[in-house]
Amino acid sequence: MRTNTSKKQIVPWFAASLLAIGGLMSFTNQGFAQDNATAATEPTASSTEVETTEPTPAEAEAKAKAEAWLEAKALAEKHAGLDEELEDGTPNPLKIDAFLKDGDTAWMIVATVLVLFMTIPGLSLFYGGLVRTKNVLSILVQCFAITCIMTILWLAYGYSLAYQGGGETLGLYIGDLGKAFLQGVSADTVDGTIPESVFFTFQMTFAIITPALIVGAFAERMKFSAILIFTSIWFTISYLPIWHMAWGGGLFGGGDEGNWLMGAGEEVLDFAGGTVVHINAGIAGLVACIMVGKRKGFGTTNMAPHSVPLTVIGASMLWVGWFGFNAGSQLAADGTAGMAMLVTQVATAAAAATWMFVEWFTKGKPTAVGLVTGAVAGLVAITPASGTAGPIGALIIGTLSGGICYWTATTIKSKFGYDDSLDVFGVHGIGGIVGAILTGWCAHESLGGSEGTFEIGTQVFVQIKSVILTIVWSGVAAFVAMKIADLILGGIRSNEDSEEMGLDLTDHGESGYSS
Amino acid sequence: MKLIKAIIKPFKLEEVKDALSEIGVEGMTVSEVKGFGRQKGHTEIYRGSEYTVDFLPKVKIEIAIAEDLVNKVIDAIVSASQTGKIGDGKIFIIPIEEAVRIRTGEKGEAAL
Repeated sequence: MRTNTSKKQIVPWFAASLLAIGGLMSFTNQGFAQDNATAATEPTASSTEVETTEPTPAEAEAKAKAEAWLEAKALAEKHAGLDEELEDGTPNPLKIDAFLKDGDTAWMIVATVLVLFMTIPGLSLFYGGLVRTKNVLSILVQCFAITCIMTILWLAYGYSLAYQGGGETLGLYIGDLGKAFLQGVSADTVDGTIPESVFFTFQMTFAIITPALIVGAFAERMKFSAILIFTSIWFTISYLPIWHMAWGGGLFGGGDEGNWLMGAGEEVLDFAGGTVVHINAGIAGLVACIMVGKRKGFGTTNMAPHSVPLTVIGASMLWVGWFGFNAGSQLAADGTAGMAMLVTQVATAAAAATWMFVEWFTKGKPTAVGLVTGAVAGLVAITPASGTAGPIGALIIGTLSGGICYWTATTIKSKFGYDDSLDVFGVHGIGGIVGAILTGWCAHESLGGSEGTFEIGTQVFVQIKSVILTIVWSGVAAFVAMKIADLILGGIRSNEDSEEMGLDLTDHGESGYSS
Repeated sequence: MKLIKAIIKPFKLEEVKDALSEIGVEGMTVSEVKGFGRQKGHTEIYRGSEYTVDFLPKVKIEIAIAEDLVNKVIDAIVSASQTGKIGDGKIFIIPIEEAVRIRTGEKGEAAL
C-alpha cells in the first residue's frame, strides 16, 4: 500500500513535467515526441483519482498543457502524410517535415560521443603505439590538433558546403554557404527526428576522424605545420565534395533523370562512409606518403612499434566507438540501427580472426598487431554495408577484407616500396574498396540484406563507379593539397636532424617518456 | 678484495639473489643491460615487416667481496642461474684497489 501511494504521487508529477515540455514544443510547431503516446495516457488514469481532491494550480496547468500537446500531436501526425507541395506547385503551408523523437535524440547524442572517442583517444593510441618512442607525442598531437581544426572548419563552412543545397551542375559536387557558421540554426531546429545541433555534431566527428586517419601514412617525418595545412585543404577540396556527392544529394544518386556518372534510379549504397571516409582517407594517405617520401632508414633500420599495448588499447577503443559510427549513421534508434550494430560486430570479428589465422599459417605466429589490424580492416569494410547487409553478408565482408588487407599490408607494400608507415592505404583504402564493392552484393535479400531483390551486377557496377570517382578525386585533391602546403612552407618534410632526433622533441619540445 | 660482475638471464635474478644472501653476501648492485654473445638475437614481425633484434635484455650484478668469499660466490651464481642453454651469461672477476664507505670514511675490507 505504501509503495502504491508514493507511486501515485510521483507519476502525475513526472508525467506533468514531461508533458509541460511537450506542450511548450507544440507552440513552436516544430518538434515533439511521438513516442510519448503511452506516457501521455498514464496521467489521465491517475489524475482522475487526484481530481477527487481540489487540483492545485500547477496540476491544472500541467493538464492543460497535456491536452494542448495531445492536440498538437494529432495535428502533426495528420500533417506528416501531406504532400510537400500543393496542386498548384506552391509549398504546402500545413506540411511539417520534422518531428523530434526523444529516443532518437538520446541515441544520437551517445553515438556522437562514441565517434569522437574513436579519434581521441582511440585512433591516437592505435597510431601512437605503432610509431617509435621518439615520435609518440607527434602522433597524439596531430590527432588532437586535427580534432580542433576540423571542428572549427566544420562549423565555419564544412557542414554547409557538405549538406546544404544540391541538385544540378555545381550542386552535384558541393553545397552552398547557406548555413555557414550554422546561421539560422537554434536549439529548436530539427533535422529529421533529431535536433539539427545533434546531427551537425555527429557529422562533425566524421569530419574529424577522416583527416586524422591520413596522418598514419606520413607518420614520423612530416612537418607539423605542413600536416595542418594539408589536412585543412584536403578536407575542403576532397572530404566535403565526396560527402556531398554521397550524402548531400549529389553525384552518387542518379535521381529520376540520371547524371553523367549514375543512370536514372541508380543510387550508391554507402551507409556510414566507405567512400566518404575510408577510401577518401586511404587514397589521400597513399598519395601523401609517396610525395613526402620514405622515412630515413626505411627497410634497413628497426622501425618496430614502440608500444604494442597502446596499439591494442587504441584498436579496442576504435571497435567500441565504431558502433556509434555505423549504428549512429541510421540517425535513429530503430531496427536498422540495431542490425548495423550486429553486422559491425560480426564483420570485425571475422576479419580479425581471418588475419590471425592467415598470419599464423604463413608466418608461424599470430601477432597482437596483426590481430587488431585485422579488426580495423573489418570495421572499415563493413562501414558502407552496415545499414543494408545481414549477418551472412557481414561474415563474407569481414572474412574477405581480413584476408585481402593482410595481403596488401604485408606483401604489396614491400613489393612497391612506398612507406605507408601505419598502413592507412593498406587497411582503410583497400578495406574501404573491398567493403564498398561487396556492399552492392550483400544488400541483396538472398544474403540477408535489407534492399530486397535487385540486379546485383548493376548495383556492384554502381558501387565500382563511386569507388573509382572517389579514388581519382581524392588522389588529385591530396596532390594539390600537398603542393600548396609545399609552396607555403617551402618543404613539407621535417629536416634530417629532426627525423633523427624524433618529432616529439623537435616539433613539440617534449618527450613522451621521461628517462 | 674482488669485484664480481655477472651477466645473467633476467628471470634468474631472484634465485641468484637468494643464493647469495644464503652465503652471507650483504649487498649488490643490479642493472638492466642489453647485449649479445653466441645466443645472437631474434626476429620480430610486425604486419609482415621483419626486424632482427640483436641486443637481448640481460641483468648485470656487481658484488664487491673479500677474497675468501670469491669461490663461494661464483659457485652460488653458477648453480642458481644455470639453465644449460645457450645465453646463460658470464661471470668476470676483477681486483679492487680500494673501497670506501661514504658514511664513515672506513677503508678496505671494513668498507664492504
